[in-house]
Amino acid sequence: MSTLAAARPAPRPPVPWGRWGIRGVAFTYLAVLLIIPLMVILRDGLREGGGELIRQVTLPIAWHALKLSLWTAGVMTIINAIMGLLTAYVLVRYRFPGHGLLNAIVDLPLAIPTLVTGVMLVVLYGPQQALGSWLRDEWGIRVIFAPPGIILALLFITFPFVVRSVQPVLLALDQTQEDAAATLGATGLTIFRRIILPPLILPLISGALLSFARAIGEFGSIVIVAGNIPFYSQTAAVYVLGEVESENRLGASAVSIVMVAIAFSLILLVDWLQRRINN
Amino acid sequence: MSTLAPKPTLVTRPVSWRRVWSRRLLIGLVVIYIAILILAPLVSLVWGAFRTGVGPVITALNQPDVLAAFGRTLWISGIVLIIHALGGTVVAWVLVRHRFWGQKILNGLIDMPFAVSPVVVGYMLLLLFGRNGLLSPVLTALDIRVAFAWPGMVLATLFVTLPFMIRELGPVLEAFGVQQEQAAATLGASGWQTFWYVTLPAIRWGFFYGLTLTLARALGEFGAVLVIGGGIQGGRTETATLYIYRALDERDTVGAYSAALLLGLISLILVIGSDLWRRREKAE
Repeated sequence: MSTLAAARPAPRPPVPWGRWGIRGVAFTYLAVLLIIPLMVILRDGLREGGGELIRQVTLPIAWHALKLSLWTAGVMTIINAIMGLLTAYVLVRYRFPGHGLLNAIVDLPLAIPTLVTGVMLVVLYGPQQALGSWLRDEWGIRVIFAPPGIILALLFITFPFVVRSVQPVLLALDQTQEDAAATLGATGLTIFRRIILPPLILPLISGALLSFARAIGEFGSIVIVAGNIPFYSQTAAVYVLGEVESENRLGASAVSIVMVAIAFSLILLVDWLQRRINN
Repeated sequence: MSTLAPKPTLVTRPVSWRRVWSRRLLIGLVVIYIAILILAPLVSLVWGAFRTGVGPVITALNQPDVLAAFGRTLWISGIVLIIHALGGTVVAWVLVRHRFWGQKILNGLIDMPFAVSPVVVGYMLLLLFGRNGLLSPVLTALDIRVAFAWPGMVLATLFVTLPFMIRELGPVLEAFGVQQEQAAATLGASGWQTFWYVTLPAIRWGFFYGLTLTLARALGEFGAVLVIGGGIQGGRTETATLYIYRALDERDTVGAYSAALLLGLISLILVIGSDLWRRREKAE
């Protein structure tokens, strides 16, 4: 491991044993906790070859579960992007009673275990509860054990991501341009669209992708609110759990590998976007 | 926009009225959204748990298996906390202070546990340590049980909480810079002395905040420990979250709601408390 750095001359005269030692500790730690487990899933998923992988993923039940995870996460991401941008705008630009409290509530979902989030939603929208039965009988909307419950749970969990990604950039914006535009007669909406929004696009996309990535694999809240109804409310993570429990290793590995690949590409994309924002 | 710096002239009357109303509309929208999305579920859980009074909640939490489950969650989280306090600091240090080949990719990979499904995490560990796992010959020879036992649950929790320490410490280390460390080195301090007396005191708030986030996430971990712990069977691998799931499964709603409320409260107090503490220390 340390040989990679050996081509460069050591920066300080004494042999930097401590430096290499500490780097070795860091690499070992990451390898054991992160890289090896990820490699194992890759190896297991490709053990029977790519054809078998594709066959397992395109089984109707697995394919439906993956599609459900993707579209619910997609709907959540659109709502979250709009409401997150709005929340960040209100928090940065306006002062009102309860401002500090509202700002603190944004972080609340990060502190609550997602399983507990699921329990909360079941208590509120469950079919035996007042609100849940009213929605079902009067409006024909099923929330729990149905896709709307999944979207609500994902919205709750990922709410901070867009807000906290957009907020610092909005805070750092120079407001003199907006004042200049207003003096020249631009309306509020034009100012927002032409001056405020462009620098916020990158952080907005980064926050939205992060919430999408987080949502694809969400399990704790989903298993409570969506249950496990194949072809209706069974998401990819819940499907993998079922296959692990019934010892169908091929199916579990195939869907897992697709989920890991999605997570991997999104995380690297977000990382790249973040670096562009910081520069 | 409007209240912070009232513009003396230029703003004509109709524009300011429009501004006042758009301001009210936007604030109202955000407050209603947060109330429906976040506050309503929160309040309904409190209501659901205490619907039949305080007595049943206390009885439900005072069961031996509930207390044992919470105890197990606490000590698993404790082990995870100690390992990440050391390992996370080392990794953050290396990522900020060292330059090496593949650093950007590695830096990006740190966030993977954030996006990988907890079920898949548990499954990865089963593939390594399970009955037919890669390491099973070694484990049988040494007579160590990892899957369906606490070491596996600790590993699963370690994986899902990996980013928090590193992501909290990284920016703080970067902002602190190397000048004071170099000064200490010039005065003859060893690397260890420099870290202990110069760097650590400067990054201590990031350190503590990273620890609280790690702890909060560890307390609430569910999917990964469910898979590696062998499902909901009660007994020696039942943590607080697994208990909540089992209670729901057995339609013991008071038990499930009470335990969920307690677990949520513990994490909430941890995160909000340390956030307030940090803000006060920064203000001083």
